[in-house]
Amino acid sequence: MPVYTAPLDDIRFVLHELLNVETLGALPDYEDTASAELINQILEEGAKLCQEELFPLNMSGDQEGCHFDNGEVTTPKGFKEAYKLFAESGWCGVACDPRYGGMGLPHTVNFVMQEMICSANLSFGMYPGLSQGAYDAIYLHGTQAQKDLYLPKLVEGVWSGTMNLTEPQCGTDLGLIRTKAEPHPDQDGSWALSGQKIFISAGEHDLTDNIIHLVLARLPDAPEGVRGISLFIAPKFLSEENNKENTLRCSSIEHKMGIKGSSTCVMDYDGAKGFLLGEAHKGLKAMFTMMNAARLAVGMQGLGMAEVSYQNAVAYAKDRLQMRALEGTKYPDKPADPIIVHPDVRRMLLTGKAVTEGARALSYWVGMALDTAEKSTDPQAKEEAEDLVAILTPIIKAYQTDMGFEIANLAIQVHGGAGYIGEYGVEQYARDARITMIYEGTNGIQALDLVGRKLGQNFGRNLRRFFHPVSAYIEKNQSNPELSEFVFLLAKGFAKLQQSTAIIAQKGLKDPVEAGAASVDYLRQFALVAMAYMWIQMVEKAQEKLESGEGDQDFYAQKIKTARFFFTRMLPEADARFKMIMAGAEPLMDTAESAF
Amino acid sequence: MKILVPVKRAIDYNVKVRVKSDESGVELSNVKMSINPFDEIAVEEAVKLKETGSATEIIVVSIGPDKAQETLRTAMAIGTDRGILVKTEAPTDLGGVEPLAVAKTLKALIDKEEPDLVIMGKQSIDDDSNQTGQMLAALLNWPQATFASKLELSKGKALVTREVDGGLETLSVQLPAIITTDLRLNEPRYASLPNIMKAKKKPLEELTPQDLGVDFTPRLKIVKIKEPAKRQAGIKVESVDALIDKLKNEAKVI
Repeated sequence: MPVYTAPLDDIRFVLHELLNVETLGALPDYEDTASAELINQILEEGAKLCQEELFPLNMSGDQEGCHFDNGEVTTPKGFKEAYKLFAESGWCGVACDPRYGGMGLPHTVNFVMQEMICSANLSFGMYPGLSQGAYDAIYLHGTQAQKDLYLPKLVEGVWSGTMNLTEPQCGTDLGLIRTKAEPHPDQDGSWALSGQKIFISAGEHDLTDNIIHLVLARLPDAPEGVRGISLFIAPKFLSEENNKENTLRCSSIEHKMGIKGSSTCVMDYDGAKGFLLGEAHKGLKAMFTMMNAARLAVGMQGLGMAEVSYQNAVAYAKDRLQMRALEGTKYPDKPADPIIVHPDVRRMLLTGKAVTEGARALSYWVGMALDTAEKSTDPQAKEEAEDLVAILTPIIKAYQTDMGFEIANLAIQVHGGAGYIGEYGVEQYARDARITMIYEGTNGIQALDLVGRKLGQNFGRNLRRFFHPVSAYIEKNQSNPELSEFVFLLAKGFAKLQQSTAIIAQKGLKDPVEAGAASVDYLRQFALVAMAYMWIQMVEKAQEKLESGEGDQDFYAQKIKTARFFFTRMLPEADARFKMIMAGAEPLMDTAESAF
Repeated sequence: MKILVPVKRAIDYNVKVRVKSDESGVELSNVKMSINPFDEIAVEEAVKLKETGSATEIIVVSIGPDKAQETLRTAMAIGTDRGILVKTEAPTDLGGVEPLAVAKTLKALIDKEEPDLVIMGKQSIDDDSNQTGQMLAALLNWPQATFASKLELSKGKALVTREVDGGLETLSVQLPAIITTDLRLNEPRYASLPNIMKAKKKPLEELTPQDLGVDFTPRLKIVKIKEPAKRQAGIKVESVDALIDKLKNEAKVI
C-alpha cells in the first residue's frame, strides 16, 4: 500500500529558516496570521487531515472513479464525507478574505496546504481548487451584490465553483468560442447562455448544494476573436429564484487516464440564466486573473505529485531485497541487499529529493511574493513582487508539472515490475500527474507565455526582478570559500541563461518562429538556474546551522549533500538546453509537413 | 459546571524512541512532541460535555517548558476555554516532574479554580506511570473512576463505564470527581481552522511551581535507561532430537 507523510520538517525549514515567512507579518492584514507558532499549528492539523482522511481515499477513488447517471454525477465512496469534514473544518477558505468568512491567511500558507492536499489526493483537491478559482474571479471582478451572494458560500464550501472555457473546437485558442449570450426572456438584466462546454472539472458532482459555473460566452454585439468574450456566472440552482433549477446540465463525463475521482464534465447550456461578471467583452482578462493563480496552483500539484512519488520510491528501495551491493555485501544477515545500495537507484531517488526540496523552496518563495504583491503598501515592493510572480508563474507551472510526472515515472522504475501493477499505487501517480502538464495551458503554452509575453513585458523589468538578485548573490558570495563550489556553478549557469535570453530577445523580435523554437528549452534552462539559486541559499542556511550547532544536524548536513547532487548531476542539463536553443529553429522547421 | 483538564506535552506517538547514548534518558532534542493521546481524549470528552450543555467552562492545564504553550493551544483549538501553564525547565518524563509533584500541582490549582470535574488521561505515553489521577483523588479526597470508556453525567453524579480485565464495569461517582480516560472513550476531532485561529486569542496564564507552593524535586533516581535487547537471529535445527536437546540444555525450558 502506498505511503504519505507530510514533509513538515522540510516545510518548516523552507518557511521559517530559508524564507522567514514571519516577515509577512509586516504586511497589512497579516499582522496576526504570520506567526511561526500559528502557521505550524495550522499546517500540522492540515497535514493530519491530508494523511488520515484524504490519502486513504486516493487509491480507492482511482479504482472506483466517478459515476454518471442521467445528468447526475456521484463521486467515489468516501469523497462526500471527507469533503464535508474538509469544508466544515474551514479549509476551503484558507487565504480568503475574512469579510466573506475566509481565514485571511497568507497565500504562502495556502501553497503549503495545496502541496499536501495534492500529494494526498489530487482528484479530491480539484473540487476545492476549482472553487478557489471561482472565488478569485468573483472577488476581483464581481459587483458587491455578487460578492455578498456567492463568496460566503464558496468560502464555507457549501457551494463549489467551476471554470467553463473549453469547447469542442476551442481549447488553447479562446477566440474560437461559440457559446452565445442573449438577453434573457425574463428581462431582468440577466443573459441566456447557449452552447456546449467540455472538459469541465467539477462541473457536476454530489459534494455541494450548488455549483457556480463561470462561463465564457459571446454577447450579441461581440467583436470577433478574444476581444469579444464575456464572463458569466451561471449557478446550477438560482438562489434568487427559490433555488429554481437552471437550464444547464451535465450530459456526460469523460473516461480519463488519471484523476478519476475528479469529475470531468460535458456541460450543455440551453438558454441557461447567467449574470455578467465584470465588464462586457472583457471576460478573457477577468478569466486570466484566475488563470494565473490557477497556474501556480497546478505547479503545486506537480510538487505534490513529485513528493508522494518520491516517498513511495524511497520506501520500496529500502524494503526490496535483490542482489548484493556492487562493492560487496552490505546486509549479510539478509538474503540480499535492499536495492537502495545501487548507484542508479540512488540517482533516481536523489533526483526526486533534489526536485521536491528545490521546487518547494521556489514555490513558497513565489508564494511570499504573491502575498507582497497583494498586500504591500510600498509601491516599489509591490511592483517588484508582481513582476517576479509574473516571470516565475510559467516556470513553476511547467517545470514542476514536468517534474511531477518525471518523478512519478522514476518511482515506477524504482519499483520495477511492481511499479507497473496497480497494487503499489505508483502507476496511479504517473497517470494522475500526466494531466498537470496539459491543463491550465499546456507546458508548451507556458513556454510561449514566458518568451512571448513575460520576457518582454514591462520592457524587460520582470526579468530583471529575477536576474538582479541572482547576480547580486553571485557577486556577494563569489569569494566565500564555504560556498565556492556552488557559486562557481551557479555563475556559469546564470551567464549562459543571460546569453540565451539575449539571443532569444534579439532573434525573436525579428522572427517569432525562432522564439517559439527556443521556448521549451529556454523555460527548462531558466527553471534549472532558478532551482540552483534556491539550492545555494539552502546550502548557506544549512552551513549556518551546522556552524551554530542548532537543530537537527543530520538534516542540515544532508541539505548540502543533496545540493551537491543537484549542482553536479541536474544543473548540467541547463548547458544541454542552451546548446539546443543555439541550434535555432531550422532543424525543426525545414522538414516538410509531407515528410511526417 | 466547570471542568479542569490537565494535558501533557509528550513525545509524539509516531516517533521511534531512541535512548540517549549515556543511558540517562530518552532522546528528546529535535524530536516531535505532541499532546499526550490520552489527554487529547480527555479534552475531547470535556468539549463534548460543553457542547451538550453539561459544562460551562473548560480550563486546560499543563506543566512544562515554554513550548508546552503549543500543547495548551492545541487543546484550546479543540474547544477548551482558557489555559494555565505551570512553567518548569525540569524534564517532565522519567527522572523529572514525578506523578506526585504533578498531583500536588493540580491540587493547588483545583483549590484555586474549584472545578466540579477533572477529566485526565489515564497515563502519559512517555513514562507510562498511570499514577497521577489516583494520587490526585487521594490528595483531594475525591472519588475516582479510572480507565473510562464511557461517561454520562446526571444529577450531580457521573456514570462511568471502565475497561477492566474481565470486561466492563460501571461505577457511579459523586461529583466533584476525578475521571481518567482510556483509548476507547471517544475519537478526538480535527481542530477546525477557525478554532485554531481563535485559540490564539484565548487567555493563557503562566504560573511557577513556587506560585503554587509545590516542590518539583524528584524523589526517585534514574539509574539507567536501556533499549530492550535486540532479538537474536534464529537457527534451523537438523532434527527433533536436536531441538529437544537445545530446549533442555541451552534454553533450559523443558
